[in-house]
Amino acid sequence: MVNSIVKKIVNGDVRIAAKLIRDIDDRVPGTREVLKALHRHTGKAYIIGITGSPGVGKSTIVNQMVRGLRTNGKTVGVLAVDPTSPFSGGAILGDRIRMQGHSLDEGVFIRSLATRGQFGGLTQSTRSAIDVLDAMGKDYIIVETVGVGQDEVDIARNAHTTVIIVVPGMGDHIQAIKAGIFEVGDIFVINKSDRPEAEKTLADLKAMINISDKKFTKEGWEPPILMAEAIGGRGIVELLDEIEKHRKSRKALSRDSMISHKRALARFDLTAMIKSRLVEEALNHITNSLDFKKYLDWVIDGTKDPYSACDELLAAKLNFNGDMKS
Amino acid sequence: MSNKPKIKVLISVIGLDGHFTGAEIVSRFLMDSGMEVVYLGIYQTPEMIVNAAIQESVDIIGISSHASNYEQIGILMDLIKKSGLNDVPVMCGGSIPEQHARALKDMGVSKIFLPQSTSQSIINYITSTVKR
Repeated sequence: MVNSIVKKIVNGDVRIAAKLIRDIDDRVPGTREVLKALHRHTGKAYIIGITGSPGVGKSTIVNQMVRGLRTNGKTVGVLAVDPTSPFSGGAILGDRIRMQGHSLDEGVFIRSLATRGQFGGLTQSTRSAIDVLDAMGKDYIIVETVGVGQDEVDIARNAHTTVIIVVPGMGDHIQAIKAGIFEVGDIFVINKSDRPEAEKTLADLKAMINISDKKFTKEGWEPPILMAEAIGGRGIVELLDEIEKHRKSRKALSRDSMISHKRALARFDLTAMIKSRLVEEALNHITNSLDFKKYLDWVIDGTKDPYSACDELLAAKLNFNGDMKS
Repeated sequence: MSNKPKIKVLISVIGLDGHFTGAEIVSRFLMDSGMEVVYLGIYQTPEMIVNAAIQESVDIIGISSHASNYEQIGILMDLIKKSGLNDVPVMCGGSIPEQHARALKDMGVSKIFLPQSTSQSIINYITSTVKR
């Protein structure tokens, strides 16, 4: 069963691959066994992460990048992530709207994903979906993230090249997030650069990269800043060129730094995976228990404070004892 | 919350029909009821809809129709059969005259929602039709 699924995916079966990504998302039992068997067929694709605030034109840029890569005869997988409503748990996945030019192209597989829950769900199921597309033999996999939060940093570590998109006139915004996702950028793109203040945004970005050159200049790579108007296709050739340059610069790394790079990535990947499973299993174990309901009632009616309830539940359910470091 | 399988719906307008408001309102209340909605927008061909349904692995397809292009829906139904997507029901909604509604049903459309259908009736139909 597992073997036949793996074989079909490696042979590029779109429907089976799509179904597997669905099962990953829905945590269907047995899916993990398929992923285990599939893993040895991965590692060939070049993974590009695209991130930036909502509305900066990520999907439009991805659409144009796909066009460029297809012109060069490359096959492409796209994972487009949109946010899950924290209230209903539902989502509207609308990124395909900007990528309709490729909907009939057999060399392109586009898949929308919702961020879903709080267990690092984005990172883990997106990570597994990358494996599926990789095993299908896609030359490039483009991961478009929602543009906010810690997940962006995580997904950047799964990508070989991370592209950060900004638009002019968001100076304050740049200040606000520069300690977050900006640190993981390998390439910066100023999209909608026909707008006023594009030059100012360019100057701001340049200043940021120059000031903290250690942070941004990684192993001899200084992140370039490109101007683009993705809707008309301007700046896309340059972007794909820079991605190739970055790819080559990674290949040119010394053996030692390559090994330490690989080790750091593997460490991050394994830690993230353990964390996700651990939190999910432990949390389910506790919140599905009768004790949890009992403690919840006590907290509500004031019999117990939430700190004691937390410590006692962890002690009872997971053998956590002693002072919790707060 | 994140553990439970979610119903995944594809919503699209078909052919040369630019009336997107209905489709967007439906998408919105389906999201509010906890479903994941892949929204394709307007001017979609049957081929584009079927390809998206396969790549996204959706449970059900909803076609919004306000421009009497029922032929396109017929082509879609044929294509769905040819692609082996028989387990994915297709529902249609919009200003669809009665005789056309009957014809659509004959083509294999599983449910027609006429104007004044409540959002709850659409949600209920999806949750009872899709086994998740």
